[in-house]
Amino acid sequence: MATQLAPVPQVTTHGVQREARGWTSWITTTDHKRIGIMYMVTTFVFFCLGGVEALIMRLQLGAPNNTLVTPQTYNQLFTMHGSTMIFLFVVPMMAGLANYFVPLMIGARDMAFPRLNALSYWLLLAGGIVFYASIFWNPPEAGWTSYPPLSSINFTPAGGQDAWIYLIHLTGISSILGAVNFYATIANMRARGMSWGRLPLFIWAILTYSVLIIFAMPVIAAAVTMLLTDRHFGTHFFDPANNGSPVLWQNLFWFFGHPEVYIMILPGFGIVSEILPVFARKPIFGYKAIAAATVAIAFLGFLTWAHHMFTAPIPEAVLVFVMLSSFLIAVPTGVKILNWIATLWRGTVEFKTPLLFCAGFIGLFLIGGISGVFLAVFPVDWQLNETYFVVAHLHFVLVGGSVMTIFAAIYYWFPKITGRMLSEGLGKLSFWLMFVGVLATFLIQHVIGLDGMPRRVYEYDNIGNLELYNQISTVGSFILGLGVLVTIVNVARSLKVGVVAGPDPWKANTLEWFTSSPPPVNNFDTVPQVRSVEPMKDIRREIERRTGGAPASSAIVPAGATQVGV
Amino acid sequence: MGHLISTLAFFTPQSGGSSNANQIDSLFKITLAIALVIFVLVEAGLLYALLKFRARKGAVAAQIRGNNRLEWGWTVGATVILLALAIVTFAKLSSIENPSNSGPEADKLASNGLLYASSERKLPPDGKSLTIKVVGRQYIWQYFYPGASEPDGLGAPYSYEEMVVPTKTTITLDIASADVVHSWWVPQLGGKFQAVPGYHNYTWFKVEKPGVFRGQCALLCGRGHARMIATVKAVPPAQFDQWLAYQKQLLSEANEQAKVARAKLNAQTGAGQVENP
Repeated sequence: MATQLAPVPQVTTHGVQREARGWTSWITTTDHKRIGIMYMVTTFVFFCLGGVEALIMRLQLGAPNNTLVTPQTYNQLFTMHGSTMIFLFVVPMMAGLANYFVPLMIGARDMAFPRLNALSYWLLLAGGIVFYASIFWNPPEAGWTSYPPLSSINFTPAGGQDAWIYLIHLTGISSILGAVNFYATIANMRARGMSWGRLPLFIWAILTYSVLIIFAMPVIAAAVTMLLTDRHFGTHFFDPANNGSPVLWQNLFWFFGHPEVYIMILPGFGIVSEILPVFARKPIFGYKAIAAATVAIAFLGFLTWAHHMFTAPIPEAVLVFVMLSSFLIAVPTGVKILNWIATLWRGTVEFKTPLLFCAGFIGLFLIGGISGVFLAVFPVDWQLNETYFVVAHLHFVLVGGSVMTIFAAIYYWFPKITGRMLSEGLGKLSFWLMFVGVLATFLIQHVIGLDGMPRRVYEYDNIGNLELYNQISTVGSFILGLGVLVTIVNVARSLKVGVVAGPDPWKANTLEWFTSSPPPVNNFDTVPQVRSVEPMKDIRREIERRTGGAPASSAIVPAGATQVGV
Repeated sequence: MGHLISTLAFFTPQSGGSSNANQIDSLFKITLAIALVIFVLVEAGLLYALLKFRARKGAVAAQIRGNNRLEWGWTVGATVILLALAIVTFAKLSSIENPSNSGPEADKLASNGLLYASSERKLPPDGKSLTIKVVGRQYIWQYFYPGASEPDGLGAPYSYEEMVVPTKTTITLDIASADVVHSWWVPQLGGKFQAVPGYHNYTWFKVEKPGVFRGQCALLCGRGHARMIATVKAVPPAQFDQWLAYQKQLLSEANEQAKVARAKLNAQTGAGQVENP
């Protein structure tokens, strides 16, 4: 027995159902992979719209006292930009990636509730359409934070504010349904042997993302409902003239708003924790610490909301508590960064595009993390709050952070989704443009803020070097935009002419690479038994053992249906 | 060294107008010093790991899954650094948020007109300050000064956009709003504080030398937000008293004229028909 070679894996077919085709198949689909693709394509379109809005704003700020856009248009631009990037890009893009890869990574054939999953997507699209329809009438103009009384009917009578409320409701329900679905899927549908300690770190991140959404989203839903009834049905929740409280809105908004930050970044942390070990050819350093840090960040994320309100009339005890809790949350975040660097340490680092985006992420996110500590020191925040320093901070976290990880994910998983590789040359060009673009656009914005320029102003006087600094930032934003454009070209080109990827082009660690690229409708005919946190490593080793050293990757080419009882 | 500090000044908050702004600036610099060390160490570590451990022929990745001692070490290390920063903040806090006494040459109007101080509304140790009420409205700042232009105690002197204050005198601000949320901010005189309708927010400053300090509304308040400028003009106490007296005089003159006009209108239309001519 021991000397006999095990049979080479074979394809087993039980019957063929013709794959649905045509555009109706996309509308009616409940396949998590197709829904994932629709999520990703839709949110990327919104990303481009939000990006164009940002570039128009940067053009307006390219010269002091510029008159390119009116004050009203400018307010509409930053309101649309912020709301789009948060509610229509980063959060649902993470949901799109999770949609595609959660079932594949845990060895499931679909999500727990496939039709609910489709509903999540269509609600998201509806939210986006309602919101963007407002540009044909009156777009909202009270900022993505929409503080009342400015957002009340007296000061913003136009319907754009209601379109914004609708956006929050529809994307909120979409996110909550998606989160329930992810949680149920991860809790119940894991492959045999995939205990909590063998869960891929991206799955840990999505699990935590889901819990955060389930707890945080209802709060903003309640707040915007109160705003809606204040605006149209005669309530006075936020109306100071009738003993309502504008500070109540700030509390409710940021009780959601701060966990939202982690909703946007934790899946990115998960992506980096998956990609770094693959390209360093080394296990993740401190798996348990990273998983624990993810959960700790999520918990602490609910205790720090008032650091967005340091200048509001709130008791000093709150200021002190929130400063300390915000310091505390920096610890698990810092721990993760050190774990990632330690993962690279003594590895054999292959400079493929996904790795570059991850390394760029660590370098840029660190800046955003450190500037966050400045903002947590509340007397210092009294100077920095609501200035361009905050704009710089949040963009280092969201562009240097979330966007870089999303691009890493695009380059890493594109071969799995399409079966073709993206061009490495264009990928590296895109990375360097985006990396330089982020630094040029946002580094100088710290200084702009320190020199006294508040955010959300459509014009400024040329005091000190404000004109020069703003011009640097504007040039940087176009470099960043060019970088994004290069990736769009790369994707469009590679869909047709990209090198065929095969099931496991990166020799990666997790189960999505066990199946063919793109995966068949049912993902796996046979789900392998999981014995470690890196099941694909085990499988490759096992196949190598059984085939006597034949190249492992070629042995599992028909992987969609292999029967490897490892 | 001095030259280095002046070239680095563009990377610190504005200061120089009032001691609380200076204290915030120095707290910022301490934070910056700690931050720069950490930044350089971590980025250097990242670059070293990336470049030193590039994939080369024959190189084999070390299969290390973690190191408990090291991981606990940096967790505790990060906590200690942040704890130290918290202690520095608490040490600085009092000098930032507690008003100092006015100087000996202070304006005589600085008095203990307030009955009490609270944790939110702070007074100098001797309890004497000049309180100016700041009201934000779309899109202009209005300031009410102590005193009255009328014998019945009404008609507080006021000004728009430019606040005139005496030097060497502790000024306490009582910040409120008449419409939406605004944020009072003159960087060289300390931090910003929201003006929220239905609430009062408090801060203070003390200017030693005459000068003009520029600021503007720091929280989105509508289409004119970018043009909601605030300036503080500090003048010697004697000049301030003169200015204030002149404002009172203008007000009472205007009130006199209004009385005459009102009487005239009343005669034409019947008393009580016209409230404000």
